Amino acid sequence: MTGWERFTDSFFNARVMAQYLPKIIEGFGLTIVLALCIIAAGLLAGLSLAVLRSFALRPLNWLIIFVVDLFRALPPLVIIVLLFFGLPSMGMELSGFASAWLALTLVLMAFSEEIFWAGITSVPKGQWEAARSTGLGFLQALGFVVLPQALRLTIPPLTNRTIAITKGTALASVVAVPDILGAASSGLSHSFNPSPLTLGALAYLVLFFPVVLLGRWIETRFAWKR
Amino acid sequence: MQDFLEAFLNWEIMREASPILWAGLRATLLLSLLVVPLGLLGGITLAVLSTLPSPFIKWPLRIWVDTFRALPPLVLLIFIFAGLPFLGLEISAWSAVAIGFFLNTGAYYGEILRAGIESVPRGQVEAARSTGLTAAQTMRFIVLPQAVRNVLPDLISNTLEVVKLTSIASVVALPELLFQARQAQSVTYNASPIVAAAIIYFILLWPVVRLLSRLENKQLAARR
Amino acid sequence: MTPARPIVEARAIHKHFGALHVLRGVDFSVEERQLVFVIGPSGSGKSTLLRCLNRLEEPSSGSIIVDGIDMLDARTDINKARQKIGMVFQSFNLYPHMTALGNVMLALRKVQGLDKAEAEARAQRALERVHLADRADHYPSQLSGGQQQRVAIARSIALEPRVMLFDEPTSALDPELVGGVLAVMRELREDGMTMVVVSHEMSFARAAADRVVFMADGEILEQGPPSDLFSAPRHERLRAFISQIERH
Repeated sequence: MTGWERFTDSFFNARVMAQYLPKIIEGFGLTIVLALCIIAAGLLAGLSLAVLRSFALRPLNWLIIFVVDLFRALPPLVIIVLLFFGLPSMGMELSGFASAWLALTLVLMAFSEEIFWAGITSVPKGQWEAARSTGLGFLQALGFVVLPQALRLTIPPLTNRTIAITKGTALASVVAVPDILGAASSGLSHSFNPSPLTLGALAYLVLFFPVVLLGRWIETRFAWKR
Repeated sequence: MQDFLEAFLNWEIMREASPILWAGLRATLLLSLLVVPLGLLGGITLAVLSTLPSPFIKWPLRIWVDTFRALPPLVLLIFIFAGLPFLGLEISAWSAVAIGFFLNTGAYYGEILRAGIESVPRGQVEAARSTGLTAAQTMRFIVLPQAVRNVLPDLISNTLEVVKLTSIASVVALPELLFQARQAQSVTYNASPIVAAAIIYFILLWPVVRLLSRLENKQLAARR
Repeated sequence: MTPARPIVEARAIHKHFGALHVLRGVDFSVEERQLVFVIGPSGSGKSTLLRCLNRLEEPSSGSIIVDGIDMLDARTDINKARQKIGMVFQSFNLYPHMTALGNVMLALRKVQGLDKAEAEARAQRALERVHLADRADHYPSQLSGGQQQRVAIARSIALEPRVMLFDEPTSALDPELVGGVLAVMRELREDGMTMVVVSHEMSFARAAADRVVFMADGEILEQGPPSDLFSAPRHERLRAFISQIERH
């Protein structure tokens, strides 16, 4: 077998790919579901923390900053492994999916809180004053005047960070979740052929390449100078 | 509460595991010292290349960078580590990690540095060239230093991410910190070694997180 | 004439910013339908005093009663109280993501609970009073500085306040736009609005103010009708201040 034939036989073996394509597609769907769950929960939690932080209660802020620092400093895989392997000894069972979801949600929560907070603090103080001086309450001023302006600033960094974190769904394969990488890895070990991996890599590119392009577009669109 | 302490903060087990955890930490640090410069090198190369006007360079470069930004690093790593042997190439975990990180983090550093280079006003280049400096000298002495200063927070942030990323090397059995912690956990059926590893990561990286937070706040205040 | 209870009554106001003693025991009162002008060098505390009146700044000590409401009492509903006090800022502070009409309508809908039709009608009327009814659907970025400031005034008067505070309303405007804003302020005065104005526009003070208050170093040094203050200033610092201003 020539070098080239060996290459295609290993990495682009049509028979093996066809055999494992269904599992990869299932993994594709699972990855999307996992990613969407992470994005929804993580961004909501991050926004909530940023809003709580705007109440300017000292002890609460120390707590928020500590939690945010914690999940910015720990590698996501460590958190996943800790949840999956650690909780059972306390009598709690978290599935691989749930462990990955919770871990990555916490990480997205931490990063997005920082970004939302940066957005909120860059809205000029005069906007708060104008809103409050017309009788709007704190939450009303926040909701109708400050956040709409803050959100515009947060979209470029938020998109980038969200993309980075949702690629972390591949880590779920480490705790036996049949996502794309999980399906591809098991395909590899069952068939002794890396073609499922090629398929998996392609699946990730199909999923994330458009997202990366979207991120680029959003960055240029929202590069808005005040 | 007692259960919690025994399961997660078991000092006995942590003490027993400490030798291999230290070995893991050393490996993590070594790995970081290897992959960060590699990534920076790749990044600088990509960023400088992106300043060349030819579309035959611009488009392949753009596709290269977006591909490695779209592909999760773990996938790349497993692809290299598990795949290359099928071509008859024996590859160690360290080499696979080095190559994978070079490709992945190089793309990220490249994007950051490219933005940094673009943020240096054109007038700087014009001034330098009109004093006779070559394009390469201009890049080296005028543009790159300013570019790096402009995007320093992003560079630090990405470096932090790279150090955290070294934990995925545990999946290909490279004996870094997380790997050692998981070994200890599977032997003792106790999660304390992993908690110890988490604490070590935190102690190691938290100062950088704090520094980064301060830098980002300063940049924000200046922009207001 | 029976002396009416002043609509704004501030007594013994002290304000510290850290080590800085910005307001040193200020007593300040305004009668209904009066226009009181506050002048003084920068750092005199005049803006701080103004901002204490609607509690945008918290006085370190003293009492502030506006239209019978104790502004500093913890039990006072501050949001309700602020509806009665209009404030116009030096930098306009219009909401950039809303049209002129939207800016004026927001508090009408969310604070006073008016339904959309009524709020819109009230907002439209307020914009008419500042002669900007035809710009109702413009965004702040599409308006000149003077127009933005007039929209800011409309935003306050739509709530039908009992007193309006102006913090250097024309200082950020190009000279040719100042007149338009002052004209609107004069009309408000003629309609009987109680106004407290911190400003450097001396000719406006001479023409329209009932009383001028001169502040320096956190204290009120002199106050009285504009004719007295400007032609026969008693206090040394006031004399120096006026000659500096007149030089321009």
